Amino acid sequence: MELVGTSQKTVTAREAGLVSCTRCTRAWPIETEICGRCGAKLVSRDQTSLQRVWALWLVGIMCYVPSNIYPMLRTEQLFSVSESTIVGGAVELAQYGSYGVAGIILFASVAIPLGKFWAIAFLAVSVKQKGGFASQHRLLMYEVVEYIGRWSMIDIFVVAILSALVQLQGLASITPGPAAFFFALSVIFTMLSAQAFDPRMIWDVQADDDGAVVND
Amino acid sequence: MPDAAHVTRGPLEGLIICPVCDATYQLQRPKNGERAVCGRCHHVLIAPRAKAGMQMIAVAIAVVVLTIAASVFPFLEISAGGRSNAVSILDAALTFTEGPMLVLALTTAAFIIFVPLLRMLLTLYVLVPVVLDRPPARHAIRAFRVSEAMRPWSMAEIFALGCAVALVKVADLASVGFGPAFWMFGVLVVLVLVQDGFLCKWSVWNSLEHPKRR
Repeated sequence: MELVGTSQKTVTAREAGLVSCTRCTRAWPIETEICGRCGAKLVSRDQTSLQRVWALWLVGIMCYVPSNIYPMLRTEQLFSVSESTIVGGAVELAQYGSYGVAGIILFASVAIPLGKFWAIAFLAVSVKQKGGFASQHRLLMYEVVEYIGRWSMIDIFVVAILSALVQLQGLASITPGPAAFFFALSVIFTMLSAQAFDPRMIWDVQADDDGAVVND
Repeated sequence: MPDAAHVTRGPLEGLIICPVCDATYQLQRPKNGERAVCGRCHHVLIAPRAKAGMQMIAVAIAVVVLTIAASVFPFLEISAGGRSNAVSILDAALTFTEGPMLVLALTTAAFIIFVPLLRMLLTLYVLVPVVLDRPPARHAIRAFRVSEAMRPWSMAEIFALGCAVALVKVADLASVGFGPAFWMFGVLVVLVLVQDGFLCKWSVWNSLEHPKRR
């Protein structure tokens, strides 16, 4: 069974002259600066949130580009040396018939990062615009981005495992390429960018819209 | 503007504010096994469970022991043409050793081993006194804060999926065998996920704010 809050119109903490602690959900008078329960810094709406989101987002993209240009893996076998990029490695796997794994890699290393860049940009733009997407949809987007972002690290872990494991003197050896470094940075910065976003802003635009309708 | 007075009457301690959408509610403590959910964004606010504290302590101890064992024992081994190589998780994490790659190695090791391990130790430090009805440990609040901040950076389960992908990649190159640490790590991932499911943040904060006196 679930207990849900009262069905009356939602009152936000800001409207009630309160500020919430986003870490421990405690309520304080709006001028309070530090949460007395958990010590978090309190802001009713994080005014610098969007700036930080965009800055970290930009660094994330800047790292993502070289991570796709440089090789991710360098494989030395008996008489041959081959270097593969992220996409190249996945295509190679698909040619050998491992479509499932190629799919996972393409999804985690290409689809998720690109989708994240788009989604964070969309959210950051949408909180400035009135109307448009429903808050529920944007919230869902935010939650998906927050949850799924970490999974992009999978490619880095695969490279780590492979390069540690495949060290057979003379027969075959695998070493990581520079792309691994850039890709890890890109994932970390996009995670930080998503964390910098203040989801409470999603609802403010809608609340303003509702207000406008009532006034008409 | 909606009438805020009926929601906010009474002491501030009796209120709970959704951290995701800023909606304010009068605090109604759900019974064990029930959940209090934000009516606007459906964020779970409180989800207490009976005996959650004791279970979490048990799981955390198991995770600490398993993590230490799983990072030292051989994890995977491969062999081809009479040559073989066995590695532990620490070896895998510390594989990037040159120049800027060293930073990457330390980050990887942190994500896979040290962050999950530290989170469990902090959880133990915070929960043991609370569950035993003693006053909270010194700096328990800061410890729980750090533990929560590290949550997204604890990536053991992602590493587990990474292993599966890596296995498929090397399968045609060499034959692969599982070391003892592989199975420990499998159990570990499940335990970490179970642990996150048990944790009700609000209950912990609340008991740190109002410790039981004896």
